Amino acid sequence: MTVATLRVENLRTHFFTRHGVVKAVDGVSFEVRAGRILGLVGESGSGKSVTGFSILGLVDPPGRIVDGRILLEGRDLRALDAEGLRALRGDRVAMVFQDPMMTLNPVLTIGTQLAETVRAHRRVSRAAARDEARAALARVGIASPDARLAAYPHQFSGGMRQRVAIAIALINRPALVIADEPTTALDVTIQGQILAEMQSLVRASGAALVWITHDLAVVAGLADEVAVMYAGRIVERGPVDAVLDRPLHPYTRGLVDSVPSRRARGEPLRQIPGMAPSPAALPAGCAFRSRCDRASAACLAEPGATLTRDGREVRCFHPLEAP
Amino acid sequence: MILYAFRRLLESVVVLFAMSLVVFLSVYAIGNPVDILVSPQADAQEIERAIRGLGLDRPLWEQYAVFLRQAAAGDLGHSFAFNVPAIGLILERMPATLELAGAAMLVAVGLGIPLGLWAGLRPESASAKAIMAGSILGFSLPTFWVGLVLVMVFSVWLGWLPASGRGPTTDLLGVPVSFLSREGLRHLLLPAATLALFKLSLLARLTRAGTREALAQDYVKFARAKGLATRRVVGVHVLKNILVPIVTVIGLELGSVIAFAIVTETIFAWPGMGKLLIDAIGVLDRPVIVAYLLVTVTLFVLINLVVDLAYSALDPRVRLAEARA
Ligand SMILES: Nc1ncnc2c1ncn2[C@@H]1O[C@H](COP(=O)(O)OP(=O)(O)OP(=O)(O)O)[C@@H](O)[C@H]1O
Ligand code: SF4
Ligand SMILES: [Mg+2]
Repeated sequence: MTVATLRVENLRTHFFTRHGVVKAVDGVSFEVRAGRILGLVGESGSGKSVTGFSILGLVDPPGRIVDGRILLEGRDLRALDAEGLRALRGDRVAMVFQDPMMTLNPVLTIGTQLAETVRAHRRVSRAAARDEARAALARVGIASPDARLAAYPHQFSGGMRQRVAIAIALINRPALVIADEPTTALDVTIQGQILAEMQSLVRASGAALVWITHDLAVVAGLADEVAVMYAGRIVERGPVDAVLDRPLHPYTRGLVDSVPSRRARGEPLRQIPGMAPSPAALPAGCAFRSRCDRASAACLAEPGATLTRDGREVRCFHPLEAP
Repeated sequence: MILYAFRRLLESVVVLFAMSLVVFLSVYAIGNPVDILVSPQADAQEIERAIRGLGLDRPLWEQYAVFLRQAAAGDLGHSFAFNVPAIGLILERMPATLELAGAAMLVAVGLGIPLGLWAGLRPESASAKAIMAGSILGFSLPTFWVGLVLVMVFSVWLGWLPASGRGPTTDLLGVPVSFLSREGLRHLLLPAATLALFKLSLLARLTRAGTREALAQDYVKFARAKGLATRRVVGVHVLKNILVPIVTVIGLELGSVIAFAIVTETIFAWPGMGKLLIDAIGVLDRPVIVAYLLVTVTLFVLINLVVDLAYSALDPRVRLAEARA
């Protein structure tokens, strides 16, 4: 068996704030293999971005990874020093952010921002880095890339900027790409184009992709596997079709039911009652308890992960189907 | 870009013209130089002759027209007190002031930006907190007091540095300067430090604030996610962004540093324009005052022009907006 491109084991990332410890990520495990796409879904504040930043070693104080292992191509990232991590970032593992208007530096040309990514990791001449930059722009579908190298971010539309950011992320052919809601800020047509392009780019290069989103429709069309996060934990994980068609966890069920396209027209949308608990003050036991209609006294304890016969994983005492 | 430069140049000329009017009116409307320049025992005839000699008998607008015509030819009148061309007096003193202002700015920029960067990068460290506390002092202590304390400590107690004057000057392309000789440098150090302190504090605080703001931006996180070394993230991605406001402030402050040199020059008996102005005001030597004001305003306008051009060279967004305008 080949080793997974990314394997996260029991990751815990906490923020030590003045108002107490925020357990943003609290015991997350998953893996992604080369050429596969994992959708990481969950509502706002569930810890998706912090999971992504943890993998890149970019959690800033007061946050800290307090426990767990992050294995990239078998190498434990937590054992690396700052320089070791830097050398991996942008080379073996890359990230695309949510807001393309903010991720590019406004005072540097596109060409500089692409070329510096190459030269941070490989000793190549300026001219060679520029050639690679031009090719990277062409790959993400930017017309006349040669002229565009000298342009500044403000001369690009949002969709174009996100393409540039994707070109930067992919320029060193990383083994793993973490995309943190990269299409949320874009309009629907552009979103569709970028999704399709990203999918084919990743498939072509054989990279593993973690796609962070709160949009189940995107996950359904893009991902091979899905992991559903709730309050810093993954509550359900498995092949995308199985999870979305027959959710086992009450929270996943609620998410699926609140997506318009997956329900018959005219039927009222169902919503998950209540609000997500603040990660600074998580209740003991199952964090979904206060919103769950299946909750029982058993749920005052913390549910462990149960493996199902079809290779799914769920954390619930009373799943919707017997596992 | 060229069009923009040309437009800014034209604006500058208009500003200069307006300033000349304001300066002329405000200076010529106050006081009566005749009282000061002509001996109290002089008879009416002598006073009459003096007034005519100085052109003070003619109507105001005519005085202004003469003044403007002569100003355009580089002649701002003769000093009442010294009876030599006023502009000559000012220009003779200008290198001393410019050297002092330049040295002060160099100190302020050379220390202020690195200190601010450091404080911005390590906001929780003791050194950063010390820098910030020091900058508040530098901000609030009056220049004359700082100057006197420095003289007290370094000249009187320690005897390390001279307390007044410019020291020997060396010719640099025909301009006398102090900084080329050891002795001149020693004379320059205290006044430059005094004049620099306020700007240094300002720049350190500005740089710190800009650094903190830039560090929180997505583009910095993205730059780190690309695997850039900290040196490049800070030195290029952060610095280039905060340079835009910093250059603006440096430019604006360069003008005010020339103006504020008056106090420092007086304390350290630095033979610059500021000291000349104080003396001229004492005897209501109008042409010298006018010449000082116009020369200073011209410097201001020139500096602003250069800053604007530098600004648009630094910030691509400004450049583009102008191209459209
Ligand atoms: N610097 C920080 N200090 C304190 N708490 C933080 C910090 N950064 C993140 N958190 C907390 O961690 C939790 C998870 O945040 P995260 O950004 O990972 O959510 P998310 O799932 O990405 O949400 P979204 O969909 O809104 O992007 C949040 O509750 C947030 O309050
Ligand atoms: S463990 Fe209990 S409370 Fe939590 S989701 Fe399952 S049934 Fe609901
Ligand atoms: Mg997020």
